[in-house]
Amino acid sequence: MDLEDQGRIKELAEEYGKDGIVVLLGAPTTESSQVQFETVTTGDPSYAGPLAGVELGLDAYHVFEPNVKAAIDPDQYAENIEILEMGLDADAIVGALAGMRAG
Amino acid sequence: MPTNRPVIKGAATALAHTPGLVRYGSKPFRESKAQPEFLAELTRGLWSYDKACRYLPNQVFIGSQPPARLWEVEQPWFDKLAESDAGEPPFGHILEERRFLALLACADPFKHVLLRERFWEETSPLLSDSPLTAALASQTPPLLADAQLDAELEAADCLPLFANGEDAPVGVVKTGHSEDEALSAPVLLENLACKVSGALSMHELLNHVEGLDLSDVDLVLSCSEEAVGDRYQRGGGNMAKAIAEFAGCDLATGIDIKDFCAAPIPAMVIGASLVESGVFKNVVVVGGGSLPKLGMKCLYQLEQGIPVLEDALAAVAVWIGRDDGKSPVVNLQGVGRHPIKAGAALDKQFRELVLGPLRRLEWGVDRLDRVVTELHNPDIMVTAKAGDVAARNYKMMAAMLAMAKEIDRSDIAGFARAKGVCGYAPTQGHIASGFVYVPHALREMAAGAIRNCMLVARASLFLGQMTELTDGMSVLIERNGD
Repeated sequence: MDLEDQGRIKELAEEYGKDGIVVLLGAPTTESSQVQFETVTTGDPSYAGPLAGVELGLDAYHVFEPNVKAAIDPDQYAENIEILEMGLDADAIVGALAGMRAG
Repeated sequence: MPTNRPVIKGAATALAHTPGLVRYGSKPFRESKAQPEFLAELTRGLWSYDKACRYLPNQVFIGSQPPARLWEVEQPWFDKLAESDAGEPPFGHILEERRFLALLACADPFKHVLLRERFWEETSPLLSDSPLTAALASQTPPLLADAQLDAELEAADCLPLFANGEDAPVGVVKTGHSEDEALSAPVLLENLACKVSGALSMHELLNHVEGLDLSDVDLVLSCSEEAVGDRYQRGGGNMAKAIAEFAGCDLATGIDIKDFCAAPIPAMVIGASLVESGVFKNVVVVGGGSLPKLGMKCLYQLEQGIPVLEDALAAVAVWIGRDDGKSPVVNLQGVGRHPIKAGAALDKQFRELVLGPLRRLEWGVDRLDRVVTELHNPDIMVTAKAGDVAARNYKMMAAMLAMAKEIDRSDIAGFARAKGVCGYAPTQGHIASGFVYVPHALREMAAGAIRNCMLVARASLFLGQMTELTDGMSVLIERNGD
């Protein structure tokens, strides 16, 4: 996650509090999704950005996860996201994030 | 009856194994400036010419193995070296480093590259004995005795040249102008490396394709990744003409085509259009090697204790001429383009570049035998945690085609093997685009294995920070007479 995004998320978390924010991830690979998830929960694993050592503990979901998908208008999902879900390794991304939540 | 319809009369590749130049790739150069001890670690990670020749992706690049062989050998490939192949490679040779370094000096009209006298005495017989290099090394470059070379190497802004891991420099690249960054020694070396490798691929074309006479070439289009110029016009050009001159195409002119990694396909489309219009008869599209990409992912490879695999400069040359009734045709009705409004998402790009031309031609996907997109070597990309680029692209392309109801969803998983190619190209993006596959496509069409092939290239324009857009272009090649 780039440093600018990390800084923005940190500012928003400070402004609205942990319970007022959900982070919606759209990274295309399992690894990048895991890094983004880790960055907004336990801190920047690269120790390069504003979230290094900062445990925001935010709720974070990938757009492919079933509970997110259920909240999106099906026509919009089909038009804008479904093709990416089919073309990327969506099951692996969803599984990896579920695994990280389970600890 | 001959027409101006553009055909591809031949294609060739050249690979220069240059482990001594890896230190001047962008990433290793930055790393070694920050940590001087890094160079020793890098040198330990480089492998020999013999191993480079026995590496499967390199063998596919020069045509000694078919791309289908890559599906048969389990990845990674760097620990599964083949036996040495003494046969004549179908598309081009893998040049050993000493000869390449000597050619850098031969290609330098402004004499910024100076060679150790002893090194030239040892290397020039190797150059003159080879039909590939003899013509390129017809003049003796500037030579220095040992003490003179040592004195030149004292300058802070020069670059020493090393061959095959030897400790003593075999030459030096001097700066072209002390107040012009566009003519600094690293930039001149990058440009000369592109020029030499590009000219080598043109000579491979000459040696491997019947009927080509360099004096018949009237236009060279370079789709290389360098930027030749000076402080008042960085990227002014013209690498194409420089390559043409060095290669001996005395009646040719040249133009550079720029579009980041996608450039080869627009260059082929422009070249074919100029042949069809009758403006030029024989156009060679050439992509020289990219020095900055050497060692680009070396930190991952060194960390994992595997060889530094980005150790060779790769070049491709494609000859486009008038219809001879037998060579594969460039179908200019089958050009896919990427309009600004299409957006940068991968599926949207493939919709424009793959589905666009098929719909325009009223072709179903079943009529398309091969579609080729970026063929980056997965040995490099997977170890660098970037994933298998080709596999990812084919899956997204298949998903797009399934959503467009061109294929069944159940065909997505098998699409890459049915229509695609496994990655094998060096990570010099313009080479790894569909361009690298042209020689194989011609061979497969001649053998009757495929009827047609769509070449697809994409460009990350946003890297230049002038726009957030991407670009891309595709072109269809078809067997003549179908």
